[in-house]
Amino acid sequence: MEKLFKIHPDDNVVVVKRRIEPGDVLLVSGVSVVFDKSLGLGHKVAAAPIPRGAKVVKFGVHIGSATEHIAVGDHVHLHNLKSDYLPTYTLDHEFVKA
Amino acid sequence: MSLSRPEHLRGYLRSDGRKGIRNLVVVAYLVECAHHVARKITASFDGQPVHLIGFRGCYPNAYAAKMMAALCTHPNVGAVLLVSLGCESFNRNRLFEEVASTGRPVKLVGIQERGGTGKAVAEGREFVASALESIRSVPVTDLDFSELVIGVVSGGSDATSGITANPATGRAFDRIVAGGATAIFENTGEMIGLEGHLSGRAVTEGLAGELRKAVEKAARYYAVMGHGSFAPGNAEGGLTTLEEKSMGAYCKSGTSPISGLIKPADRTGKPGLYLMDIVPDGEPRFGFPNPSDIAEMIELIASGAHCVLFTTGRGSVAGSAISPVIKICANPETYARMSGDMDINAGKILYGQATLEDIAVEIVDKIWEVAGGAPSCSESLGHQEFVLEYKSFEPAGPACLPV
Repeated sequence: MEKLFKIHPDDNVVVVKRRIEPGDVLLVSGVSVVFDKSLGLGHKVAAAPIPRGAKVVKFGVHIGSATEHIAVGDHVHLHNLKSDYLPTYTLDHEFVKA
Repeated sequence: MSLSRPEHLRGYLRSDGRKGIRNLVVVAYLVECAHHVARKITASFDGQPVHLIGFRGCYPNAYAAKMMAALCTHPNVGAVLLVSLGCESFNRNRLFEEVASTGRPVKLVGIQERGGTGKAVAEGREFVASALESIRSVPVTDLDFSELVIGVVSGGSDATSGITANPATGRAFDRIVAGGATAIFENTGEMIGLEGHLSGRAVTEGLAGELRKAVEKAARYYAVMGHGSFAPGNAEGGLTTLEEKSMGAYCKSGTSPISGLIKPADRTGKPGLYLMDIVPDGEPRFGFPNPSDIAEMIELIASGAHCVLFTTGRGSVAGSAISPVIKICANPETYARMSGDMDINAGKILYGQATLEDIAVEIVDKIWEVAGGAPSCSESLGHQEFVLEYKSFEPAGPACLPV
């Protein structure tokens, strides 16, 4: 059974749908990738090379930018992806002040 | 899967031209003090289409009054019994007139005026029995798929929700809109980080600005409620950014252009996709905007939803008064454990037994079945949850309904 799942055709990441175990060898976008750690349901793996600063696409939508070069098969998470979201308000606004 | 999908739909024609997929009697208490009497009346019609709704508060609230009027004149409702204590401040005469003006059988039972619990229950039962009889003569007419209004919520989400049920439901939503019907999604609190994407789908510039403002309002409101947007558990489940987390819920809305922004109990305009803004206006006053999934469903129903799609990972069992709820289960293990409560097993996707598109087709088929009269799981199990709390809204601005 496939362990990875692409939600939208435009995505450059795939999602783990069945736990990846250390030592698993999986074909990701035609590249044979050896996984050295366990990855649980919902975690992301790069399905294309993503240069530093490029957008990470999931659901067909930008979910943030790569903070380093990401190779096919790399785990994509807090260490190499950051949010692009800049709130247009600040949290120390009038309501929150005591 | 589509064996019981009907060829043609039939609906109960109401005087405003809208058509219902159910024909039921609503028993509505107008203050918590009348709840017991209303419940006693409803309980004596177990297994029959008699649904209990109500508003518990004694202080007046414009939102609650508007919600109750919209619910009592919902196309799925054929007759209404109002149960009043007598001294509450709910404007019972206005609600009575609003229902009566639609031609529906309606009765107001005042508990104090009738001489107490026993007499009020007896009189209420008598009315409901006769109403069940008289609504059998409501004209039934052809119902086109395009006349349906479908809402969507999610509840009891888990790591599978954003992978299976929600994206599949988004594809179903695209099919519903392409089929000429009306689809409503909600919960702007789950769209924080996606203001740009959301506003980019608006059919006009003016609406784009309104959509952006609605999400900004939600972000402020939830911040005041002390309700953070991104929790450590999210990262353990593989979610990295706020945009990604929000997208897991927001993808239920599909990819169609957004035709308008409505507030609870507002009616939609022309068929298309609408966002419902459930976050109150003004400074936070009455607590959480959506204290439970039920409140969100009731608001969608008040805006005319004939049926609500409900995606769940951990396994909510909730149904709703007035409109059937279709459960779309994201997690295959939850489905295996609770299949009696689940209409659709979107978790099959994880086992490679179905694609997102397959599940979307199943969802639309299920809408046809349920609109054709087949009970959904929660409906056949007797779920008729209802909640209505205090809220306050400003009317939606002119840019919100451009079509």
